[in-house]
Amino acid sequence: MTSPLTQSVDWTALAPAVIPAGLAVVVLVADLFLPPRRKQVLVWVTVVGLAGALASLIPLRAGHHTTFCLTAAQGGGCSYTADRFTLVIQVLVLGGALLTALLSAHAAPAPDDPPVLGSVGASSDGPEGEFWFLLLSSAAGAALLPAARDLITLVVALEVTTLPAFAMVGLRRGDRLAGEAALKFFLTSVAATAVTLLGISFVYATTGSMHMDAVARGLAHTPGQLHTLAKAGAALTVVGFAFKLAVAPFHFWVPDTYAGAPLPVAAYLSVVGKAAGFSGLILVTEIAFRPYADTWGPAMGVLAALTMTVGNVGALRQRPGADRSAVRLLAWSSIGQAGYLLVPLAAQSAGRTPGYQVGTTVAYALMYGVVNLGAFAVAALVARSAPKGRITDFRGLYGSRPLAALALAFFLLCLAGLPPGVIGLFAKVAVFSSAVDARHGWLAVIMAVNVVIALVYYLRWTALLFARPEGVTEGGDDSVSAAGAGGPGGGLAVAPPARTPLALAAAIALTTAGGLVLSGAPQIVLRYAQGTLL
Amino acid sequence: VNDTALQYVLAAILVLPLLGAVGALLPPPPGLRGRDPDQAVLRHGVTVTGAVLVLAVVLAAGFDHGHPAKMQATTDLNWIPALRIHLHLGVDGISLPLLVLSALLTFLCALYSYFRMPEGPSPKAFVALLLLLETGTLATFSALDLILFFLAFETVLIPMYFLIARWGGGDRERSALRFIVYTLLGSVIMLLGLLLIGVKAGTFDMVTLATDNGSHLSHTTQLIAVLAIGTGLAVKAPMWPLHSWLPDAHTAAPTVGSVLLAGVLLKMGTYGLVRIVLPMAPGGMRTFAPYLAAFAVIGILYGSLACLALARHGNGGDLKRLIAYSSVGHMGFVLLGIASMNPTGVNGALFANIAHGLITGLLFFLVGALKDRYGTSDLDQLAGRTGAALYGRAPRLGGLLAFGAVASLGLPGLAGFWGEMLAMFGAFKPGDGLSRPVYLTFTALAAFGTLLTAAYLLTVVRRVCMGDRDTARSQPALADVRGYEFAAWTPLAALTVLAGLWPAVLTGLSDPAVRSLLGGN
Repeated sequence: MTSPLTQSVDWTALAPAVIPAGLAVVVLVADLFLPPRRKQVLVWVTVVGLAGALASLIPLRAGHHTTFCLTAAQGGGCSYTADRFTLVIQVLVLGGALLTALLSAHAAPAPDDPPVLGSVGASSDGPEGEFWFLLLSSAAGAALLPAARDLITLVVALEVTTLPAFAMVGLRRGDRLAGEAALKFFLTSVAATAVTLLGISFVYATTGSMHMDAVARGLAHTPGQLHTLAKAGAALTVVGFAFKLAVAPFHFWVPDTYAGAPLPVAAYLSVVGKAAGFSGLILVTEIAFRPYADTWGPAMGVLAALTMTVGNVGALRQRPGADRSAVRLLAWSSIGQAGYLLVPLAAQSAGRTPGYQVGTTVAYALMYGVVNLGAFAVAALVARSAPKGRITDFRGLYGSRPLAALALAFFLLCLAGLPPGVIGLFAKVAVFSSAVDARHGWLAVIMAVNVVIALVYYLRWTALLFARPEGVTEGGDDSVSAAGAGGPGGGLAVAPPARTPLALAAAIALTTAGGLVLSGAPQIVLRYAQGTLL
Repeated sequence: VNDTALQYVLAAILVLPLLGAVGALLPPPPGLRGRDPDQAVLRHGVTVTGAVLVLAVVLAAGFDHGHPAKMQATTDLNWIPALRIHLHLGVDGISLPLLVLSALLTFLCALYSYFRMPEGPSPKAFVALLLLLETGTLATFSALDLILFFLAFETVLIPMYFLIARWGGGDRERSALRFIVYTLLGSVIMLLGLLLIGVKAGTFDMVTLATDNGSHLSHTTQLIAVLAIGTGLAVKAPMWPLHSWLPDAHTAAPTVGSVLLAGVLLKMGTYGLVRIVLPMAPGGMRTFAPYLAAFAVIGILYGSLACLALARHGNGGDLKRLIAYSSVGHMGFVLLGIASMNPTGVNGALFANIAHGLITGLLFFLVGALKDRYGTSDLDQLAGRTGAALYGRAPRLGGLLAFGAVASLGLPGLAGFWGEMLAMFGAFKPGDGLSRPVYLTFTALAAFGTLLTAAYLLTVVRRVCMGDRDTARSQPALADVRGYEFAAWTPLAALTVLAGLWPAVLTGLSDPAVRSLLGGN
């Protein structure tokens, strides 16, 4: 006897999104009542809460949970679905948020810590609680997004993900760059959302439904005079998501935003923000706009080729000596990586089963998430002693912090896709394989050239880690310089390495361990590349 | 020795250097600290590569020489089911000699570095990279899965890049970058070809694909696959006109880097052609073989002419660069043998592969020693107007250099002779479906190339080993071959003589395997 006014809600399925949301409120309130020196508690509340949200995925891993469903009389369709795709993306975004929290933890106010680039809410009078609230809210939105199966929930989830992110970007008060970055991010993002909403309204006008299944059914039988409207609607919706994923030509906000944002926030945007963008893109293209597969497939291929080329060439042109060049390079390279993420989606159009290639994108994103967060973690560590964030600050890192240097070298080689970064190589092989499988030879060749371009800048950075520190003559008296490279305090001669904060060390250790385990057993992520996810 | 035991031996050969590379980065355990950390880690390198060499010899001894065409010591684990990638390993008569050669050369390099560490940063990273490089080369020669082969093929890039960029001389960073960019571009394109074969045939298993002889692949697929894979391997081999990374890399690389680059890394390219392209896409190969042969012959002539120019007085030729160009010529013979697509030619190619590894390895060692003694490898500075008179100043070193040079020019009785002769024999009567007149022309040109090769090598011998009496007696005296140098070079010289006098030791292994790869014709 179901009443049309109340519905039973499957809270287990909702837990991964609800736990961070609930915790966000708790943190916001607790912040008001905690004395300043106890604020460190909030860090651990956030970390534990996100870990709890991750743990709540465990009971869901078998089965296919749905909730917020319409009755059969209303046409069926559910707004929230926890299937394999949802769970994998939730692992990615919640794990990403967890690592971001670890990266940000060290910035907690301590009287002897000067404000540095890596810090969030820099100065000691900064309102710390806000940051954890914003992070948790954004994570809740990102966790909700892959589960959304109607367009309204999707847009709401997307906005819940991005709105707190504007504030996180601009949180460093008094920093001109941060303010500019936040404003740039805000304006492009709002414009993108407006475009998406316009598109969705067109789609609603033609199909009369918001549920993705129903939209797909409706688009397949649009009356003739509404064809143009429906197509325009689909295109505009996709454009909105392309902005979030920073697909060229909608990528220009990325480098400035990342460079202006605190480092952990840039890391967060590069992984969780991207995950939100591409999972939304997958949902609308794979489910809602499936009837247009033949149109958007080739378009996606062109976008993929353009995005990876623009991103990699941009990264190649970064001057290592410029301020914040490390983050800028990672920002441009993240654009390039977004291009690789699109390749399987382009291959999908020509493909057979719906959702067949999506898994390759997801597997690639998992690899990218782990190693990119790792690279940002090491960058945050280096930024503590070299606040300008230049790539040249990494020169001779092996001399002063051998483990961090080896970890960063591993991450960069994973991103480049060369052994010993085995997982990076196999993730690329999976992407190449999807392109070859779908007979997109041209796309595969463009990607091959891009992989080589990317190698140049990743390798330059890697080589710098092991280079002789500045001040020691190059190629001169080798015995002296060898001693300098081996001895302590070689690289960052100005600031001898301070102790590594526990949380930062944990973040680097976690990502390194993740990368190494995946390199030994790539099947852990690559199994998503096999069979259908959606 | 039964196959299960051999299987573990082969697995150990691959795992040991990898573990050793990690171990080199860790602090030495108590009791193994040695005189100082540098000595300890270099000794670690010698120990590990020595153990690998012993295992490789055990593998060769336990190998069933009665059935060299059969894959032995095989392991087949399902590694990444999602991409259908297997951890499939094994050796046959084609890969076994290359495997032993790689293990030997790496050991000799480690031994040589123990006594004469190249100038540069700490030896810790050097040993780790050397061992990682060894893992990659040995895995390349024992991988039986296309993607695993690709993984191994790529593994050598980063170590070799750093060996050149950190321990090299001259314009090392640019040369190293050029090396890695060229080879990576080639190998990524090769990956596309490998994936194409895998997707079309439904398996990446090299044994199955070789048995099929391309019967499951359409002609178009074979053409594209051969073009893509061939390009990647041709960069590595290197084939003219894709060779231009090689002279710079060799000139900049430290001695052991050059030895391994010439002795092992180049072989990976030609090995791939024999192991993958010939058996898996014979139809496509037949179309492209004449072009490959043409490029090979151009490479032979081009390499020899470049060497002649470098060897001439007043051109300021660098000896390392000269030997690098001579490699282009020698690898041209290997490619010509492969392009002939018949058992004689392919056997010749494989023989020339090994011979080139031994002889050029030795020559790079010798040139490195000359550079140590004179402080330069510039031929004009070295030889002056009248010649360096090495016979008088350091008779053993001079004698070895002359030995290496005549072995390299293909004197009968030494290893260099058989491979190139067989390759030309093969090209004299090419496989089915290949135009005989065209190949006859190639054979004639290649034969002319051997003359040019003799010309420049004898010029080098005359200018370096001979000289007038005053130079021979000049002070300070030049150190002759030292103990560790003898230890590192003698095996190479001995094997050069052995392979020259008893070629059946190699052809007996490779011939049955080659016939089965070529589909029994």
